Amino acid sequence: MNRPRGSQPAELGEPAGPGNATTATAATTTTATPSRARRRTAQAEPSVRRQLLAGALQRQGAAAVLVVVVAVAWVSLPRFGTLENLRDVALQSSFLAIIALGMTFVIITGGIDLSVGSVYALGGVLAAYGSKAGLLAAIGLPLVVCGLIGLVNGLLVARLNLAPFIVTLASLLFARGLLLALTAEGSTTYTIANPAVLALGRGTVLGLGLPVWLALILCGIGGVILQRTRFGETVFATGGAESSALLMGLPVARTKIIVYTASGALAGFAGTLTAAYLQSGVTVIGVGTELDAIAAVVIGGTLLTGGAGSILGTLVGVLLRNVIANIINQIGGLDSNFQSVISGALLLLVVVAQSLLARTRTTPRT
Amino acid sequence: MTATLTRSTADRAQIGEWAQRYGVYAAVVVLLLFNIAFTANFLSVANFRTQLVQAAPVVIVALGMALVIGTEGVDLSVGSIMALSAALVPLYLGYGAAVAVIVALVVGLLAGTFNGLLVARLGIQPIVATLALLVGGRGLALLIAGGQLVDVRDPALLFLGDGDVAGIPVVVLIAAVLAVLTGLVVAGTTFGRRLVAVGDNRVACILAGLPVRRVLVGVYAISGTLAALAGVLATARLGAGDPANTGLLFELSAITAVVVGGTPLSGGQVRILGTVAGALLMQLLRATLIKNNLPDSVAQMVQAVIIIVAVYAARDRSSR
Amino acid sequence: MQQQEPVLELVDGVKQFLGTRALDGVSFALRPGEIHALVGENGAGKSTLIKVLTGVHRLDGGDLRVRGESASFGRPIDAQRAGISTIYQEVNLVPLRSVAANVFLGRQPRRYGIVDRRRMYEETRELMAGYGIDVDVRRPLGTLGVGAQQMVALARAASVRADVVIMDEPTSSLEPREVETLFSVIDRLHADGVAILFVSHRLDELYRICDRVTVLRDGKLVHSGALADLSRLELVSLMLGRSVGEVRAHGATRFAEGERRHADGEPILRAEHLGGAPRVRDVSVTIRPGEVVGLAGLLGSGRSETARAILGALPRRGEVTVSGRPLPSGNVAAAMRAGVSMLAEDRKTDGIVPHLSVRENIVLAALPQLSRHGVVSKARQDRVVATFMKRLRIKASGPEQKVAELSGGNQQKVLLARWLAAKPRVLLLDEPTRGIDIGAKAEVQTLVDELAADGLAVLLISSETEELVAGADRVIVLRDGVTEAELQGAEVTADALLRAIAAEPPEDAEPPETPESGEAPEAAVTETAVTETGAAEAREPAAAEAAGSREVADSGNADVDPATARTEASR
Repeated sequence: MNRPRGSQPAELGEPAGPGNATTATAATTTTATPSRARRRTAQAEPSVRRQLLAGALQRQGAAAVLVVVVAVAWVSLPRFGTLENLRDVALQSSFLAIIALGMTFVIITGGIDLSVGSVYALGGVLAAYGSKAGLLAAIGLPLVVCGLIGLVNGLLVARLNLAPFIVTLASLLFARGLLLALTAEGSTTYTIANPAVLALGRGTVLGLGLPVWLALILCGIGGVILQRTRFGETVFATGGAESSALLMGLPVARTKIIVYTASGALAGFAGTLTAAYLQSGVTVIGVGTELDAIAAVVIGGTLLTGGAGSILGTLVGVLLRNVIANIINQIGGLDSNFQSVISGALLLLVVVAQSLLARTRTTPRT
Repeated sequence: MTATLTRSTADRAQIGEWAQRYGVYAAVVVLLLFNIAFTANFLSVANFRTQLVQAAPVVIVALGMALVIGTEGVDLSVGSIMALSAALVPLYLGYGAAVAVIVALVVGLLAGTFNGLLVARLGIQPIVATLALLVGGRGLALLIAGGQLVDVRDPALLFLGDGDVAGIPVVVLIAAVLAVLTGLVVAGTTFGRRLVAVGDNRVACILAGLPVRRVLVGVYAISGTLAALAGVLATARLGAGDPANTGLLFELSAITAVVVGGTPLSGGQVRILGTVAGALLMQLLRATLIKNNLPDSVAQMVQAVIIIVAVYAARDRSSR
Repeated sequence: MQQQEPVLELVDGVKQFLGTRALDGVSFALRPGEIHALVGENGAGKSTLIKVLTGVHRLDGGDLRVRGESASFGRPIDAQRAGISTIYQEVNLVPLRSVAANVFLGRQPRRYGIVDRRRMYEETRELMAGYGIDVDVRRPLGTLGVGAQQMVALARAASVRADVVIMDEPTSSLEPREVETLFSVIDRLHADGVAILFVSHRLDELYRICDRVTVLRDGKLVHSGALADLSRLELVSLMLGRSVGEVRAHGATRFAEGERRHADGEPILRAEHLGGAPRVRDVSVTIRPGEVVGLAGLLGSGRSETARAILGALPRRGEVTVSGRPLPSGNVAAAMRAGVSMLAEDRKTDGIVPHLSVRENIVLAALPQLSRHGVVSKARQDRVVATFMKRLRIKASGPEQKVAELSGGNQQKVLLARWLAAKPRVLLLDEPTRGIDIGAKAEVQTLVDELAADGLAVLLISSETEELVAGADRVIVLRDGVTEAELQGAEVTADALLRAIAAEPPEDAEPPETPESGEAPEAAVTETAVTETGAAEAREPAAAEAAGSREVADSGNADVDPATARTEASR
């Protein structure tokens, strides 16, 4: 049986936790009187405006912060505004953006994918391994293998109803193990000699790195799928109110399976691009990348509880992270670990703000 | 026809429940027997010592995790809290080992309490609430330590790591004492009984006037403190504070131990003995694979499969 | 009316849940163009029947026929494809998405695979305007009032060109104006030949729009026929099961018949002008020690909510005192310390802690008294558990048996033991004998008598008239959250009770309170789903939230801020 996720364990004033969804309690106005009716029409507008404002703040807050950070950096750091530096930020952001794209879909369905860091590294190794057989193998092998890992994640989550976080934690371990097995316990590094593959990571079009273009194209397609297709609407409905989605007859399980598969495949593809850029399948990358991706998605305004979010927001979240990293690099003497602390703090801020904005919106996930 | 059908499903349910309850012990016994039969140099005091010492930190963290999972929550921040310990201990060692350890434990307690408040007061999902600390905690630890591996030379602290009391490693002793204590708390105190009840049916607990929030905050606080202690012990054993690696993926190991030990993620049950056995099983498994020349990579993949199987076996079968 | 072939028919439908029969051989037919009322008290099987008809549950026995042909719905989409659309009591839509997206979810107009938003917005606007509702269709649904959301659900259901529209208490969250709109839509569907299954416990509405009625009780079909042939009194008797034959079959209650206790002296519990909780608008209850006060009323009249408001599990207005000392609102622990305990209506979701043993379930609320310095005293616990297991004759393999494995009656006794172990002075019993076997029922009734004789003050909520007549010294009848009548002593007869429950509303149908009082919102924000609909019903979070923030915004003088009340309820 599927647990009704749209249900609401805000029972009797208890904050919602990953409760047994069977104990639904929530607010409904039940008795209606004429006096109420009049008051409702008179008073509805300001509170709605406030809600819309809060929603806008949540969606656009990260963009505002990004603008401020960029402006300050532009003025105060001489090297920040140079074309070279901006290109570099864009290139560095492109890999994470592709991973975060898949993560956005997963999180909007109310899930989470902790395996993408490992899958990303695995994708790079597979690409380097496959590059000997040509460009197609370099792209195809990671897509297939990583997509399969995502598919298994999706099946376990959607069909067996296991908690997404534990399923994807296990596949984090599995992908890392597979990577080690492929590289003789991490001692072999496959290098990439195929120029076509290398161009994938290092080539430029109109002055911008190819990965940047690919990330933009993928995010564009992702955005259209999310906002403008039935599938996208189902993704939102699945995360927003799963039981409603089921009652409306939407293909909830299929949707979940697709988003986890896509998340795995996209992480693998990001790995391919990274390997092409680094000219080898580096085995030690990707540790904690899942956390960067989640942080970027959530900071970009996607609800960790599912049901709302946007690709554009995720791009802003990714850029914000890498701009801050860039700034930290440029200010001498600042520890690079500031990055994750700032990410964590921003994440906390956003999560707390989200829960305050929508106190009763939290829904169980496990 | 129908009768046989129902009986077979009933049987299967019973087998499932048996597997959830006793599977972990059976698996430990099987692995032990296998090793005794096939693994060279397995039956030695030194080997058992190593296995236990290596399992001890996981056991300690898993005890706290078992309590959290018992309330239908999860604590993803334990690894980062361990890293914080690894950063803080060398920093305060100048004031003596005791002060350093206490500082680390207090920070763990505070971090756990903070998680608990997010869960109990703001009603944020446990995964989400503990994620921020998972993301930022290790970075903070690295900042505190200046990104360095800091050597630890204090003999008192090092004794925690590789000392013996009556021939038993201190780490193992601490883990054993904590396991017994946690078992007693769960079984014999109002806190323990309420914790399990809250995880099983929170609404009923609210209607019974139980202090649900206090219980939740307490559980996360305990988890944080135990993680901090595990970080201290790991630092002592390593002889250095290494916030970059201490506790890496420990949240996974701890959750695995709990789940493999038969505690369902849906809360309402806490199996302390099972959790200890779960931690030992995973350690033993790893050792078996490595000693039989199977590489670490295979060990990781096997672990992944076992986690999924365990979660599947322990999933909430009862349809309320 | 001509006997057309039924568009939707259930023949001898059986549905079991864990051994209990939620539907027990129910036959039911819905003909094209009729408006069919489905009524019954809690646990009668209404929800289960609806879920079977809409593809949420699969039948365990019997036959489901659509237009004469056998059908098997595995999923809700199957029912929808067969032309059955449903409006649920709690709006089952996606609150974070726009109005238009909700109306068209799953069947959006597309061009080249891309959702044609312009057309979607346009069509939704027309659709909503057709119902006389003017909303920005791009606004997130959750920012609308609950009534408006319900209208969106209606628009969705009606726009799919269904043959059958099932409405599960569609009016419970609507205002009078919106109810009128709903009825006009129903009229239109009716004119188009759509069959409508209408579930409501508001008798006025049923008599106004419905042609036929089906009455369920305890999972069985009690009556099916033209509504006009039944008087209100007859209908209520059917719902509550108080036909003479029925009572004989079940045997009378075990309450000591005839004797009315004359509890004098000061009331121990005094709750005055309770309101502010969902469905509770103005209820006053006083109970003296040794007195059993009944609380009667139809489903949705605010019975359970009154008990919860007294306990502090729901926010409330109005003062509650125990022995003259006021109870803080929204604090269950304080109420229990003052000696008030409540046996909740839904054993499974609000009562038992299923994986724990009988023993632990009994001592749950009394743990502090049974432990020293936080360590539970096994000996004291054993004594309490043994005492109650013996006194209540709890049949279990032993105190260590999991409570989930016991029968319903024994679970109920375990819960009674839990509350008695907390040494209450006031016991609120919400449907204490619902869903338990006859033997256990009699035992529980005897126990209630004994407890009262021992000086306990008891509030007995029951939808069984017999139980109230035999067991209560005084009965308070609720109607729409307001005390409608109070029957005392010899007045407490089955007929008087039924009459009070089924009473015709005053002609002008205006609720008693007046607008200018500017009182806090009647419908506060939290509400227990269990009381009415059973646990599995999902309610929409953002709908709740929308309602909540509106209440906060527009109740300048509300003494209960719903958000605070909600968070404080558990302290």
